[in-house]
Amino acid sequence: MNISRGRPAIHFQNVWKSFDRHAGQILLRDRLRNLFHSHKLEKFHALRDVCFRVEPGESVALIGHNGAGKSTILNLTTKLCRPDRGTVEVQDGRIAPLLDLGAGFHPDLTGSENVYINASLLGLSRRAVREQYDRILDFAEIGEFINEPLRTYSTGMAMRLAFSVATTIDPDILIIDEILGVGDIAFGEKCRDRIMGFRRSGKTILCVSHSNGMLKTLCERAIWLDHGQVVEDGPIGPVVAAYESAMKEHAVHSAG
Amino acid sequence: MWHGDYLYLLQNLVMKDFRIRYRNMSLGVLWSLLNPLIMMGVMSFVWIIIFKSDKPHFAVFVLCGLVPYNFFTIGWSGGTTSIVENAGLIKRLPVPREVVPISTVISCCIHLLVQLLLLLVWAIGSGVGMNRYWLWLPVVWALEVVFVSGISLITSSTNVFIRDTRYIVESINLVMLWLIPVFYDFKEIPQKYSDIYQINPLATLVIVLRRIIYEGQSPNGTSYTMLKLTAASFTVFFIGLYFFRRLKPMFYEHI
Repeated sequence: MNISRGRPAIHFQNVWKSFDRHAGQILLRDRLRNLFHSHKLEKFHALRDVCFRVEPGESVALIGHNGAGKSTILNLTTKLCRPDRGTVEVQDGRIAPLLDLGAGFHPDLTGSENVYINASLLGLSRRAVREQYDRILDFAEIGEFINEPLRTYSTGMAMRLAFSVATTIDPDILIIDEILGVGDIAFGEKCRDRIMGFRRSGKTILCVSHSNGMLKTLCERAIWLDHGQVVEDGPIGPVVAAYESAMKEHAVHSAG
Repeated sequence: MWHGDYLYLLQNLVMKDFRIRYRNMSLGVLWSLLNPLIMMGVMSFVWIIIFKSDKPHFAVFVLCGLVPYNFFTIGWSGGTTSIVENAGLIKRLPVPREVVPISTVISCCIHLLVQLLLLLVWAIGSGVGMNRYWLWLPVVWALEVVFVSGISLITSSTNVFIRDTRYIVESINLVMLWLIPVFYDFKEIPQKYSDIYQINPLATLVIVLRRIIYEGQSPNGTSYTMLKLTAASFTVFFIGLYFFRRLKPMFYEHI
């Protein structure tokens, strides 16, 4: 598995990213007003000078409080947005973004129709969908409901279907954003098994979750972020321990 | 970054739009027929009864203008809002963004197809008749799709940054009904305005459609009209594509 040695799967070099804090929709009159007196929009710095590299086959957890920049890192990795400064390099290959399961799912369409649409959005070809279709259904355990409109599904069922499609595309990099809490315990177990299977077959995993217990079973390394900066980067055990004790201290301070 | 199958994705998105649109309507595709039929009825009444127009086959005459106009307005306004309406997709998946407005425009084709059939059936039934120039119809239709996709690429990306673009589009659509020859004949336009009038590809589309179906003549007329229309439609499309590609890296932050 050392063919691609030296070339990282994901490489962030001095990455800065900020977002404008504009309130709501921008209309023509706002644009015109800005033409005449340019007032600076307040910026929210999501990432400040972030550097890290992930080798192929590594599984890395991102931890930190809300707004620390975890999701921004995931979105930069999937190239949904671009950094303000610095570079983001991602190994060429298929990325499975489990960012928001079921993006593109429509409640009025049947489960089956949604599978086809979602799979093609993720980049599957017609042949690949046809070949994988039965596997997707088997894993999701939807049964007869597959020909019913999605709005008749329970949240858990819809999530199972979405997870099944997203993980069937045989990704090289798997991006997981806080999803494994959905569904019942048995299915959660099944999802975990599938992700562990990806790990064993040498796929790269980048994972965000607030459940530290689960991160410890899925990942070997953790990056702790605070206000857009990397605080600690290393083996998952010590980093999570340091993060948890810092959180406790913070809680004591804010309580006292 | 996205290594998928563009055509398969496009096909799936078109089918999705189409299914959603028609599954929620009890009358389904019949809605596409109702609109032009009512318009045609009202217009025939106004022009034949009130203005005493003596134009033969006035219904066919009006439909030749209404059918491309309807597709233009529905396709363009749908295309304009498509990126913002699919914000969930744009923010979540690295799908090629161009596919979104283009698939929205194409999914309006079924609407056009139904109306076009109405026009053709009416033309045959009312005695205007078929002719060999009908073979041009798929070409004319394809050019309209290319043209509407092109302007939708421009306005859908603009609409991300300036959200009232869609209202501007609605206004242009209203005005457009009078700037293309739907209720009057292109030949009634004074010579000195006719060149500038024809710059509008939609006006030319109506002129061409009317030459084929209503007058039973070659769409080319005396001045290579089809060639000009092709050039104009593709130019608009590629300008739209260029414009869209310049703006799309900024979609994420503004949507």
